[in-house]
Order: sequence, then C-alpha cells, then structure tokens
Amino acid sequence: MSDGTRGTSDRNEPPDDEAALSARLQRLGTRLAQANRQSENGSGPRSTAGTSAIARGFRLSTELVAGVLVGAVIGWLLDRWLGISPWGLIVFLLLGFAAGVLNVMRAAGIVRERNLND
Amino acid sequence: MAVDPIHQFKIIDLFPVAKIGNTEIMFTNSAAYMLAAVLGVTIFLVGATAGRGLVPSRLQSAAEVVYEFVATTVRSTAGAEGMRFFPFVFTIFMFVLTLNMIGLIPYSFTVTSHIIITAALALTVFFTVLIYGLIRHGFHFFNLFVPKGVPIYILPLIVAIEILSFVSRPISHSVRLFANMLAGHITLQVFASFIILLGTGLGVLGWIGGVLPFAMIVILFALETLVAFLQAYVFAILTCIYLNDAIHPGH
Repeated sequence: MSDGTRGTSDRNEPPDDEAALSARLQRLGTRLAQANRQSENGSGPRSTAGTSAIARGFRLSTELVAGVLVGAVIGWLLDRWLGISPWGLIVFLLLGFAAGVLNVMRAAGIVRERNLND
Repeated sequence: MAVDPIHQFKIIDLFPVAKIGNTEIMFTNSAAYMLAAVLGVTIFLVGATAGRGLVPSRLQSAAEVVYEFVATTVRSTAGAEGMRFFPFVFTIFMFVLTLNMIGLIPYSFTVTSHIIITAALALTVFFTVLIYGLIRHGFHFFNLFVPKGVPIYILPLIVAIEILSFVSRPISHSVRLFANMLAGHITLQVFASFIILLGTGLGVLGWIGGVLPFAMIVILFALETLVAFLQAYVFAILTCIYLNDAIHPGH
C-alpha cells in the first residue's frame, strides 16, 4: 500500500516539484537581476564616508578654483584675440565662478550628477 | 641643503635619449622612477598570476584584492558598461599608487609631486572621455551640456556654465593629486629640518628637544601613507565618474 501511494506520488509530484522549483528559480533570478541592476547603476548617493575630512575639503576647494581659473583663462584669451578687453574677462570670470560653484555642489552631492538617464 | 624643502623635487638629467631639433630629450630621475614603478607593477601582477591556483597564494590573493577593489569602484561609478575601461582605470590606479608609495621611501623622488605628470594623466582621461563619447554617441554626446527641464531663456547661460565646468575638470583632477603629494612631502621635510636646526643650534638640549618634531614626523608619515593611497583612489574614482559621462551622457 505504501508502495502504491509512493508510486502515485512519484508519478504525480515530480512535475509539481519541477514547476515549483523553476518558479522559485525564476523568482530568484529576477531578484538577483534587480539587485545587480541596483548595484551596477549606482544611481544612489556615492559614498564618500571613506575619505577623510581634509581630503574632502581639499577636493571642494580645488573644484571652485579650477572653475574660476578656466573662466579667467578663456576670458583673457578672448580679450586678446578679439580685442574686447575687459569684457571677455568680466563675463567669463562670472561664468567660471558659476561653473566652480556648480562643480562644488556636484562634488558635495547637493546637485545630482549630470547623467539623467536610467 | 637640509633646510631646503624644495630640493627633493629637483629633476636630474641622467643621460640623453634622443635629440629633436635643438632640444635634447633627457632620461631624468623622474623617468627612471616611472620605469621602476611600471616594472614593479608588472612583476607583481605577472608573478601573482603565474601560479593561478584555485586556492590562491599570498601574492595571488593580494592581486585579487586589488582587482576586486578597482572592479567594484568601476562598477559602482560607471556601471557594468564601464568595465570596458577597467584596464585603463586599473593601470592608472596602480601607476599612481605605486609612484605615491615609492615617493614615501626616504631619499626617493616623488614623481606625482610634479604637475606635468598629473596633468598628463588627467588630460589623457579628459581626451579619452571626449573622443570615446563623440565616437560612441556622435553629436548626441553634446547633450551632456544641456540639462533637461531648463527653461529656454536661461539655457544659453546654463550651457556655457556646463561647458566651463566640463573644461575645468582636468585642472581640479590633476591639481588635487599634485598638491597633496607636494604639500605632504614639503611638510615632512620641514619638520625633519627642525631636528637638524635644533641639534646644530642648541647642542645636546636641541637634540633632546628634537624628539618633538621627530614624533610629529612619525605621525605625519602615517598620514602621508594614508594620503598616498587615498589620492590614488580618488584619482581612479574621478576617472570613473568622468568616463561615466562618456558612456551615459544625459539625454
């Protein structure tokens, strides 16, 4: 009798088991894919906890200085080439300052990084 | 000489390599240290991967740790697609890290304390981003400078600011590494010269007082080791962030 029930269960259950197993595998697969996508896209805030405060401060200051410097150089060159002194320097210093502030805000994570897709 | 903190950054010509026009191309101490760093990294990685056991040897696990570290950095900042730039980022990271670490050895030369080296690296990254972005996305790449959802009347201003921000990247990228290494090594040298000055100026009392700057050097040296690693890491992670823009410019 037990043999008979086992026989029937053997006949009936393997498809059930397989179906359940494949369903579970599929669920696991989707969850893994989701987890991978999350970690790969890295759209979350970039952790800067590892860096020391001095490194962070230094990074922010160079970002600002770099923006202003580039603005100043471009403005100065335009002045020389086009002979519009001092307007190129005035305009591009202001733009450079704005770019520097933007750099700092991006580096500090206040403004979102520019890639807006995903 | 002991009190001249800039002396350690002097470039010394070793022997001439080639002559272009009237300019003699010299093999300098800087080039020698770079060559040593490349050889060191190559020997380390070739030696580590020669065995390739399932159970890694000590050297192999060290190489695996470095690989995993850089790979995680690349994946988390530039996504899975960024892994095609893995060799590039890994090379830059290992090169800068090795040069920074070699620079910490007393009497050695710190290649990364010269802005020409860091600027060359940063410009390589900059042009890689520019050229790859243009090849991959064509004109679409310039959408990087046009943020979405900006009213049309301030768009020219925003685009100008974005372009300036983009152009200023290699500057902050290179200055950060260069200034950190330069400042750290000057600080170490200045504190070391305090010991000499105290000793020669005050005699025995000075040598005893010299314990204080010496203790400071020990502390600073630990900090400099951290900075040497951290700056190599920051250089690599910024490279990834910039490459990310080449791979996924906003649209």
